Amino acid sequence: MTVLALARKELALYFTSFLFYALATVFLLLAGYFFYTNLGFFVLMGGVNLQRGLWQYQLLDLQRILLVLVPLFTMRLFAEERKLGTLELLWTYPVRDAEIVLGKFLACLGVLTLMVGATAVHPIMVATVYPVEAGPLVAGYAGLWLLVAAFVACGLFLSALTDSQLVAGAATYGVLLFFWVITWNEAAVNEVTLHLLVPFSLFDRFYPFALGAVDTRDVVYLVLFTIAFLGFTWFALDARRWRGLR
Amino acid sequence: MIEVRELSKSFGAVDAVAGVSFRVCRGEIVGFLGPNGAGKTTTMRILAGVFPPSSGTVRIAGRDPLREPLECRRAVGYFPEYAPFYPDLRVAAYLRFVARLKRIPRAHRANAVAEVLAACALEGVAHRRVGTLSKGYRQRVGLAQALCGNPPILILDEPTIGLDPGQVVEIRDLVRRLRGDRTVFFSSHILSEVATVCERVIVIARGRLVGEGTPDQLSARLGRRRRVVIRVDGPADEVTTALAAVPGVLRVERREGGLALEAAEGADVVRAAGAAMQQRGWSILELREEAIALEEIFLRLVSDGDPRS
Repeated sequence: MTVLALARKELALYFTSFLFYALATVFLLLAGYFFYTNLGFFVLMGGVNLQRGLWQYQLLDLQRILLVLVPLFTMRLFAEERKLGTLELLWTYPVRDAEIVLGKFLACLGVLTLMVGATAVHPIMVATVYPVEAGPLVAGYAGLWLLVAAFVACGLFLSALTDSQLVAGAATYGVLLFFWVITWNEAAVNEVTLHLLVPFSLFDRFYPFALGAVDTRDVVYLVLFTIAFLGFTWFALDARRWRGLR
Repeated sequence: MIEVRELSKSFGAVDAVAGVSFRVCRGEIVGFLGPNGAGKTTTMRILAGVFPPSSGTVRIAGRDPLREPLECRRAVGYFPEYAPFYPDLRVAAYLRFVARLKRIPRAHRANAVAEVLAACALEGVAHRRVGTLSKGYRQRVGLAQALCGNPPILILDEPTIGLDPGQVVEIRDLVRRLRGDRTVFFSSHILSEVATVCERVIVIARGRLVGEGTPDQLSARLGRRRRVVIRVDGPADEVTTALAAVPGVLRVERREGGLALEAAEGADVVRAAGAAMQQRGWSILELREEAIALEEIFLRLVSDGDPRS
């Protein structure tokens, strides 16, 4: 499978790069810190609704950290290959563009899954001293995973547009923040428009997951968001037919 | 093996290649010569399957890359200009990755990698990161990836660019050795290099074909001109005009320490120019005939467009 070969090379590059270890460390430290403070909050405040409240806070915090970190993981995916000129080589191997896109997407998502998965240590720790209800937590993590997939697809697309990692990263922040704050301020748009915008907000789509609720519409939206951006990425690579290599 | 007919490629308003046709037969080693920006890389990218042409047809081992892109790419080993590489991958790991992408079955993969490592004399650095290697070694890694999977056609885009003279000879020898029964299409902007490696040369300039033939044929066809260097003690402009009027002189060029006359074959320009100067009473300080270097012939060829002018 060439997709796996491509993913494997991406993984090798992640695991040999210092950036990956630095980002993973930042992620885990921040996730640990938020867990510590959230837990402290619920314990000190009486732990009224620890089951739902703690994980809801924690998942929303993880989402915020990932919004900051994912663009730093995705920015190099295509931009670096363009800069190095190795993308040109990939195009001369018997590999379809879709396989290249998929290989990179899976590798990046895999790395982030590993990192997010590592935070499972927090509920496990809690479970040793206090009963933890698995259902809502699993739902929350599933939602978080879908959200990360959407972030990665978006970052992958913007990385395919440029040979500058910085531009790719900055543009990814722009797009993700836009989809985030699109419904932030109700006063910015009228009521009717707001109702039209809500379904497109990544934040509003993730919120029910954090509460432990899986709504098919949210799943479909996040999956479609991901597929759409993977499609845009494929299209961005295909543009070399008329645009040349730069 | 490679057949190109009326190939054109434009990017927006820029015509990179404009109606080029040529063939490269099985087992042939052909040089693709042209100055930078002539359309060599664009042509080679089309042959390697990076992008399709704007118009014209290409056949790679009898197949149409538009209809069977993956099969065509399998038949071609491509070495891009400047040999791009992943600095953080180790040589052997990189070649294994290439072997997987070229869909070499798992059972043959280790063998295929060992073969190209040996062919390119890379065994000693197989476990080094590509980014830590010298330019010459990196170039060999680039050749190794092209060679991986044993494709019947090799397309090499300026494999010796940026190397020191020793490494150039090394890579050239390597290319000659790799040839075997393969078809090799090799680009360069240095005529003498192509002349030493290739049996046949295709010359392109500004996106058009300007010459084709064996190196001997080409230099014979182009070498029929001579150059006469003359230094005269007289008013510069008048001297130039007077010399341009001498029968047989094709053009006069000012250069450091005198004038260079380009002369048609057979004309006795040395005598005629001398007589013309004496007639006007200017003293000749220097007058000699100079051989035109192969490189210069090539330059002239691509800048004139028509070699027979």
